Amino acid sequence: MALQIVAACVNCFACVEVCPSGAIVEAKPHFLINAKQCTECDGEYADPQCASICPIEAAILDASGVPLNPIGSLTGIPLALLAAREEVHHARS
Amino acid sequence: MDLKLDEATQQGTAQKGCAASGCGSNDQQLSHLPEAIREKVFNHPCYSEQAHHYFARMHVAVAPACNIQCNYCNRKYDCANESRPGVVSELLTPQQAVKKTLAVAANIPQMSVLGIAGPGDPLAQPQRTLETFRMLSEQAPDIKLCVSTNGLNLPNVVDELCEHNIDHVTITINCVDPVVGEKIYPWIFWNNRRIRGRKAAEILIAQQQKGLEMLVERGVLVKVNSVMIPGVNDEHLQEVSRLVKAKGAFLHNVMPLIAEEEHGTYYGIMKQRGPTAKELQALQDSCAGDMNMMRHCRQCRADAVGLLGEDRGAEFTLDKIETMEIDYAAAMEKRAQVHAAIEQELKAKQEKPAASVVNIPLSTLKKAPAKRPVLMAVATKGGGVINQHFGHANEFLIFEASGIGVRFIGTRRVDQYCVGQDSCNEDETTLDRVIKALDGCEVMLSARIGLPPYEALEAAGILPISDYAMEYIEDGVLGAYRQLEEMGRLAEQLHTGFSVA
Repeated sequence: MALQIVAACVNCFACVEVCPSGAIVEAKPHFLINAKQCTECDGEYADPQCASICPIEAAILDASGVPLNPIGSLTGIPLALLAAREEVHHARS
Repeated sequence: MDLKLDEATQQGTAQKGCAASGCGSNDQQLSHLPEAIREKVFNHPCYSEQAHHYFARMHVAVAPACNIQCNYCNRKYDCANESRPGVVSELLTPQQAVKKTLAVAANIPQMSVLGIAGPGDPLAQPQRTLETFRMLSEQAPDIKLCVSTNGLNLPNVVDELCEHNIDHVTITINCVDPVVGEKIYPWIFWNNRRIRGRKAAEILIAQQQKGLEMLVERGVLVKVNSVMIPGVNDEHLQEVSRLVKAKGAFLHNVMPLIAEEEHGTYYGIMKQRGPTAKELQALQDSCAGDMNMMRHCRQCRADAVGLLGEDRGAEFTLDKIETMEIDYAAAMEKRAQVHAAIEQELKAKQEKPAASVVNIPLSTLKKAPAKRPVLMAVATKGGGVINQHFGHANEFLIFEASGIGVRFIGTRRVDQYCVGQDSCNEDETTLDRVIKALDGCEVMLSARIGLPPYEALEAAGILPISDYAMEYIEDGVLGAYRQLEEMGRLAEQLHTGFSVA
């Protein structure tokens, strides 16, 4: 039972200090969660602390690989607008 | 010079701890800045229009974590060509930040201020910020330290902040009403939970106000920054201004929202527009009252280095400062000498009326004779002189000339959003952007200007004048105003519909 940080992470350190288990590793290119230490904050807090402060959508996944903060959930930007933006980026590059 | 050095050192030591400062009384902070505050801010480039041409500042990016989300911020963004808050290229450890500060202060002896402004919230997880301050107040006691914050964690950190050499704190307060706040802040992290909506705004506002009160009680100077978001908090900011002024903030700085789609922020993508220069000025005027407004704010990056309006950060990257050899004691002595010389120059200028900006209170302006006021843009490299070629200007100082004198209105930047990036504003030429930035101005004063831009400005209703090259700005602005009068243009009704109410 452990959470996972994936490539969307911007290494902002916010999760490092709020993790009660010291499970966040300052790795490059992005931070990682030491699965052996992570408790998902079970028994300590109502919500996993890293995912409660993380500002980046879809950067932290639960044990089954589902984002704890899905796309659009933190910024409130409508998904259709985000998708349109992605297309423009692809067209440009 | 020895005497000046002692003074500088003493000043640095005396300001350690909040109790040493003589300010804190509310009524003193109204009207004009009291002597104690003026003494503190005279060499702070961010607080004094005059000082910012002479003294330099730097930000060190040691604070990456944030505890709230603002709709104008995107934590993923880093573009070296871009200048706006929250954007940095290189995150520093406190040790690296101290090294960088000492290196910059040795190479740019005009440096007087070190600020921590992000790229996250410097007080959200304050250890890195406080450690940097602790080391700097020991190793560079002549450098003033300041910090900016969203205020959420400020009340918890006030006493620790006061242990260091901090004499200025900036709180970004965009609202005092949670109904407005929930349109600006989608969430905060508070008591181990992510809190959203109106409740989040309520908590944030309460913490900001509490933090402001605690700092004022302890005699720390507090500046309040507000981001003007048209249709969201623009009208509300007058109330914010009244409240923070009543609580003892010594400056209120209303800044325009920067929101472009390519920044990927909520406001950028939702096409929330920023204010026009006219709207910003009108709000700054109506908030001003008897309180000082900061009209020369450049909305710097969280890792900016140098004089305001320039960024020498690239000269002081980590690998470059590694190779620098610095004699810290000698550097501090040199700074004291340079600062003393600048101080002398500033004092001399104050005694020479032509060289100082006449600040006329708005109440007087309203009763002014019927000759209408005119906005003029000035290209200057500093020193209070019209000394820059139009084509080299990245920003313009805006002055208002009227029947009763000249007053400084603010700055307009041309490179505000991005320069040299293919993806940014690709349909606009630089000249288009300059003309847009000068909207509302009827005159542009520069040392020189080429013929094609001359014609383009003229066609846009902005009269370029180079007759006052190398003259003092105020003399040039008044001279140009007289020229307009002789041309019969002051009697005309304003075609732009612009007025200073």
